[in-house]
Amino acid sequence: MQFKGTAHRYGRDVDTDVIIPARYLNTSDPAELAKHCLEDLDVTFVERVRPGDIIVADENFGCGSSREHAPIAIKAAGVDVVIAKSFARIFYRNSINTGLAIMECPEAVDAIKQGDVVSVDADAGLITDETTGATFTAQPFPPFIAEIIEAGGLVNRWKAKLA
Amino acid sequence: MARPMTMAEKILAAHAGLDEVEPGQLIECDLDLVLANDVTAPIAIKTVRQISERVFDPEKVVLVPDHYVPNKDIKSAEQAKIVRDFAREQGITHYYEVGCMGVEHALLPEQGVVGAGDLVIGADSHTCTYGALGAFTTGVGSTDAGVGMATGRAWFKVPETIKFVIDGKLAAGVTGKDVILHIIGMIGVDGALYKAMEFTGSAIEALPMDERLSISNMAIEAGGKAGLIPVDDVTRAYMDGRTERPYTAYYSDGDAQFSQVITIDAADIVPTVAFPHLPSNTRPVAEARDVKIDQAVIGSCTNGRLDDMRQAAAVLKGRKVHPDVRCIVIPATQKVYRQCMEEGLMDIFLDANCAVSTPTCGPCLGGYMGILAAGERAIATTNRNFVGRMGDPTSEVYLSSPAVAAASAVLGHIGLPEDLD
Repeated sequence: MQFKGTAHRYGRDVDTDVIIPARYLNTSDPAELAKHCLEDLDVTFVERVRPGDIIVADENFGCGSSREHAPIAIKAAGVDVVIAKSFARIFYRNSINTGLAIMECPEAVDAIKQGDVVSVDADAGLITDETTGATFTAQPFPPFIAEIIEAGGLVNRWKAKLA
Repeated sequence: MARPMTMAEKILAAHAGLDEVEPGQLIECDLDLVLANDVTAPIAIKTVRQISERVFDPEKVVLVPDHYVPNKDIKSAEQAKIVRDFAREQGITHYYEVGCMGVEHALLPEQGVVGAGDLVIGADSHTCTYGALGAFTTGVGSTDAGVGMATGRAWFKVPETIKFVIDGKLAAGVTGKDVILHIIGMIGVDGALYKAMEFTGSAIEALPMDERLSISNMAIEAGGKAGLIPVDDVTRAYMDGRTERPYTAYYSDGDAQFSQVITIDAADIVPTVAFPHLPSNTRPVAEARDVKIDQAVIGSCTNGRLDDMRQAAAVLKGRKVHPDVRCIVIPATQKVYRQCMEEGLMDIFLDANCAVSTPTCGPCLGGYMGILAAGERAIATTNRNFVGRMGDPTSEVYLSSPAVAAASAVLGHIGLPEDLD
């Protein structure tokens, strides 16, 4: 999968409470959740984000609650891929399971600035900062996880297995 | 002869049908229980329906509406109804309606639904709580839980284990909550990322079950996948006659490989408070006395059990909550609620001008039953103090033990029980 968009740059420990505050968890409707994505961290995000944009963050992205509403909100807000130095464990699984592309690449995170245009070849793990021309290679997924991604998420993998 | 393993590795190996596993290995396991609540179950139920008409075992799926229940608003009522309808349709035996329900991670151990050696996934990050019983239990998202409900299986990456050895005697007034806040302050909110934590040592062995559950509950606040405590006489006394299924005690081999062994002298742990906006932002309570508060919350899956209520009541007895403070006490289950009445704790809370609520997660996650206005500050016995966690994004949450929260409620600022004398 190929993505290209503008980078929204955040720091470390972006928790799931700021990704989607619990006061909006009385619904699981993606469009409704998207309206409040990241609002407690960056109130301008929802206005600025454009389809295809990319979130770039430091360590431990998605820490905190297990709410799958977090990757759902990010995806529904139009973001195709999150690049971080590391991801919290449950967010990592939730992203794989729900089809939000994630990439671990500390070097890219350090180099990419707010507003840079970034292109991503998720299959090859290649990240290019189009603004500066710098290129980076993300950590590859273990084959078992790559298989889930290829199947289009965990549900599809099970469907294929049970069929 | 299998390789030496940690207790986490042994539980995973047993559920994968393997003689041995090693860290980094990806395995598929049979699950003993799959849990979800009113926020996470609706999405999990959609997942189940995509795969199967029936859950894998109606006795091994646990549904606890506790986050926005009793229903906070119409949307919450719809979510709770989805869970209720599904439970009825599938004949789920462990569904807990309002009037029987409690905060899930207080309820399951209390009701004997989970026991040592179990492998449990729950669509709630604090599912790690049951590690205190010697079980490998971990939080997942709704899709993992839904697939687990449909198939009885889940994939795991075998984690490395960090062993904590806490020897010595905890000072009076230092609780399990202070132990885990101390540890998170020491290693950070991703100090145990992707790893299992194992808590050992004479200070842990001396703790009652309720305080052990507080420790394991917050393993996730250090990024931990599980927070295990080896089974001992305290665990057996708690589980015997209570757990529904036979349990198995697993112990780390003497020569098992840990990614790290962290030794802590119990005497170094003091009453601790986590400042906004991370659980790792800890300081001694003694250095936080200038923080004025508007609200105190005593409850949650971290500290809503009977010992927590007793510790709060011991401080509040014969005293009044400061006129500038709202103190909200939430016994985490119906049983704890009743025990509070029988022991006279309810009178103490009411005499002190506390509001006492039926069990709910409510304020802990900023749902309802104690939301903070802009700029307000709360001390809470809960587990997270992220931006906006209990209300307005400019409000603040400070995490502490029940005794410190109760003392602070009376003082009007953060402080220790001895400050009241």
